Amino acid sequence: MTNKADGEAVPQTRHGLAHSLEVASLRVPFRVKVALVWTVIAVLLAVAFTRSGFDVEWMIEKAPAIVKGAWVTVLFSVIAITGATLLALLGALGRVSRNPIAYGVSGFYTSFFRGTPLIVQLFLWYLALPQLAQGLLPQEYAQWFIWPAQVAGIVGIAFNYGAYMTEIFRSGIEAVPHGQSEAAEALGMSYRQRMRRVVLPQAARIVIPPTGNEFIAMIKDTALIGLLGTTLLWADPFRVAQLTGKADFRNLEALIVAALVYWGLTGIFSFFQRKLETRMSKGYVRTVPA
Amino acid sequence: MTEPMIRVRGLHKSFGALEVLKGIDIDIHPGEVVVLFGRSGSGKSTFLRCVNFLEEPTTGSVEVAGVEVSAGPPTRQRKSAIRDLRIRCGMVFQQFNLFPHMTVIENVMEAPLRVKGESTADVRDRALALLVDVGLDDKADEHPIRLSGGQQQRVAIARALAMQPQVMLFDEPTSALDPELIHEVLAVMKRLAETHSTTMVVVTHEMGFAREVADRMCFFHEGIIFEQGTPAEMFAQAREPETQRFLDAVI
Repeated sequence: MTNKADGEAVPQTRHGLAHSLEVASLRVPFRVKVALVWTVIAVLLAVAFTRSGFDVEWMIEKAPAIVKGAWVTVLFSVIAITGATLLALLGALGRVSRNPIAYGVSGFYTSFFRGTPLIVQLFLWYLALPQLAQGLLPQEYAQWFIWPAQVAGIVGIAFNYGAYMTEIFRSGIEAVPHGQSEAAEALGMSYRQRMRRVVLPQAARIVIPPTGNEFIAMIKDTALIGLLGTTLLWADPFRVAQLTGKADFRNLEALIVAALVYWGLTGIFSFFQRKLETRMSKGYVRTVPA
Repeated sequence: MTEPMIRVRGLHKSFGALEVLKGIDIDIHPGEVVVLFGRSGSGKSTFLRCVNFLEEPTTGSVEVAGVEVSAGPPTRQRKSAIRDLRIRCGMVFQQFNLFPHMTVIENVMEAPLRVKGESTADVRDRALALLVDVGLDDKADEHPIRLSGGQQQRVAIARALAMQPQVMLFDEPTSALDPELIHEVLAVMKRLAETHSTTMVVVTHEMGFAREVADRMCFFHEGIIFEQGTPAEMFAQAREPETQRFLDAVI
């Protein structure tokens, strides 16, 4: 046995066929090999599905209904990320504030919403909030807090992601060099002006990549909203797949389509995220003048 | 004699148990150029940063161009007085601290637009004129990262001057620069000094600049102004051996 740690050379033991295979392999580019691996995985899965009686015709017939749910996913995600961004901005300003109320409230917010399961929070908004409202408010106002599943779901996801993004935004704000804020201060700018004009625009560039990651994670987590029992009008791909798959006992086919829809969506948004990152780097990359 | 432009009384500053400034009193007159020098840790930069309250003094008071602020809690009234004082008081930093997300001209225009609420047309004209003064009008639409350190510092000077301050504070403006770029920044500062329109307080180790431009030099040592005098007096023979030792070491 050889011990590489001792720095001994690995003995040459490869001869003949093994050697010529190794040489041949060296000529194939790495990415071609990786593509080959992916192909093999796809073929293996296809074989496995076929042998389990995968009903392609059923899938083709039902797929459009499931794919159509992608619009619901995108709509939920866009509304929720907008809400989450606003909450995170407020939360982050609270976390860097010296005002005890702002600091305390934002601290409670991030602690609770990061410390409890998302699915529990969704049910809290959907089922527990109406009970709370009923106990506290007169009937006509209490009704305002009885929300349809999709509303409770979007609010729940926005608050949950807002809490995680609060920490992202906070670290983004803290990553802007202190000299920036000082320079603005020396010019007589107020706290609001310093934040709005100097610190936040620079923090935005720092938080775009992790926020993009949050958005991609959120696209997938909107599938949880279906568990609150959304109606078909507001059903996301997972919900549609569940309903149709269960009805015909074609769960594999239905769920695979749903999975592919989410996979496709995250792929598309990863692409846009990379574009945005390039655009945001203006003023930071020292390109050679044309 | 006219009223002093800067009047500092009984200024103390402690960081925890460490007392960095142990009582500074100084009057600086309109148009005067004062160079502060001394070893690192002597308190000269801390003093400069106390003048515009980037550092909160522990006790004492600072008056700039008629705005007086004393050490104390950050009440609303006091914050607004500090802003008034800062508007009269431009500052140039060792690390330039230009805003990287704005172009050069946007950097220069930002404070007059936002803080003073002046009209864009007026401010743009003034900003361009200032960039001409510092020799960088051709870089107006570049982002700071495309500029050399010396160019960035000249923009930073233009940015501070755009507020038309009566006082300019320079905190080691050439210490972060490559040796061959120091000259261009000092040249801009020297021209500013020659106009006598702005009172200048400069923390620097550039003794050549001090000899040529300063009206007065203050040697900081262990948190007090240990000795002060004209450059002629200082360079001929300092009164205190401590000052002389330092001068011998840096010249």
